[in-house]
Amino acid sequence: MSFSHKDLLGIADLNADEITYILDTAEKMAEVSHRPMKKVPALRGKLVVNLFFETSTRTRSSFEIAEKRLSADTLNFSASASAVQKGESLADTVLNIDRMQPDCYVMRHASPGSCHLIKRLTPAAVVNAGDGAHEHPTQALLDAMTIRQRKGSFKGLQVLICGDIAHSRVVRSNVHLLNKVGAKVTVCGPATLIPPHFESLGVRVTSDFEKALQGKDVVMMLRIQLERQQRGLFPSLLEYYKTFGLTEQRLKLANKEAIVMHPGPMNRGVEIASEVADGPYSVILDQVENGVAVRMAVLYLLLGGGEDEASH
Amino acid sequence: MRRKTLFDAAGIQRSLGRLALEIAERLQGCKDLALVGIHRRGVPLAKRIAQKLHEVEGVHVPVGSLDINLYRDDFSSVGTAPVLLGTQVDFDIEGRTVVLVDDVLFTGRTVRSALDALLDLGRPARVQLAVLVDRGHRELPIQADYVGLSLNTRREDHVELRLKETDAEDGLILETPTPAPGKKTERRGK
Repeated sequence: MSFSHKDLLGIADLNADEITYILDTAEKMAEVSHRPMKKVPALRGKLVVNLFFETSTRTRSSFEIAEKRLSADTLNFSASASAVQKGESLADTVLNIDRMQPDCYVMRHASPGSCHLIKRLTPAAVVNAGDGAHEHPTQALLDAMTIRQRKGSFKGLQVLICGDIAHSRVVRSNVHLLNKVGAKVTVCGPATLIPPHFESLGVRVTSDFEKALQGKDVVMMLRIQLERQQRGLFPSLLEYYKTFGLTEQRLKLANKEAIVMHPGPMNRGVEIASEVADGPYSVILDQVENGVAVRMAVLYLLLGGGEDEASH
Repeated sequence: MRRKTLFDAAGIQRSLGRLALEIAERLQGCKDLALVGIHRRGVPLAKRIAQKLHEVEGVHVPVGSLDINLYRDDFSSVGTAPVLLGTQVDFDIEGRTVVLVDDVLFTGRTVRSALDALLDLGRPARVQLAVLVDRGHRELPIQADYVGLSLNTRREDHVELRLKETDAEDGLILETPTPAPGKKTERRGK
């Protein structure tokens, strides 16, 4: 296997073999988290800088746990408690940290393409932990790992992604990934929350949620950010729930063995009913668990690696 | 390049049979014994030794597998990407005698990594090492407790074990690069 990437900026840069390779590596990494001593020395002596310019609980803790399980040193940098508050630019921030010899940046930033910018400023590896509404590659990888565990393969799988398509980086990374591995993707949401020409990414687009659910193997619900309603993109949370909320009744329209996913954090009673979120078909907490394994795999493949053949 | 077959399938099986007998003899039976193979070829070898122990001693010895990739000391960012095969040790190693099993003992670095990987899983009473071939040229102070075949090799030689489970056929092969004329090569034992 050859995997020659220095950075993980988006799923768009990967091919199907590389995606499978990352998922296979993640499956083996998962075992480490179930040991009494949850640590391996693979990234000993490597410094990973977590640059989070937007708030994040799940992704940030997941990355940090992955780094620690691989014995990397970590530096957590949050914009709210840094020189960014004093007006320092992103480029200056990176150039300064860079002189402290980090091996990797894990960055979340509100601007699409910000990871591509810092990639040009540093010899260290760059992992995109979400850049605006552009990409969130490790989220799509952990979603894929969860789907593969339940469904075995992706070929011909019918996937529905429903919610705020316009503002979601999760949906873009997922569409790229699922298209590459041979799944069929439909996106659904209020017309005001779907960008024009979204079909050009190779997906079906609809606003008829109940019709879209029919024949689906995977139903992925996206978080509705409450402030979108204040901007008039949909009339009320209750109306959203009535039209696009995933209830037990509606879930019956999907295939019998369909699984329910959500990248979190969930708004219970807005995009998803509590009974569905906690139901037997829900794999939402598996997604969280797989997040650590996928991030361990990505960091290991970018920073560790080594030769295939042992030297005995 | 000269290729010489040192063991055929029967030779490998005879050698593993002797290793199993030695293990049983040295440990006075197989009480609290576990075998842990090092990926890749140590894993099928460990399973075969367990099978031999079952035949001669009538015991079922637990077998685990160890992936040492996450414990290696020779990281580099270039080269072929590693394929993780996973660690699977489904029994408690606490208080057991664990015999690590590998195909070829060479520099000793794989075994060093395997010791680290194993000791992260618990605290065995003792750890021993069984290898099918010891070809010398150690870079670390590591010796095997059970050796199928001790081989004088040159550093640039290549010793390759092929197993049905991983390579479709059994065979132990020594590859020797043909030396340039007039060039003296050093020959060392273990």
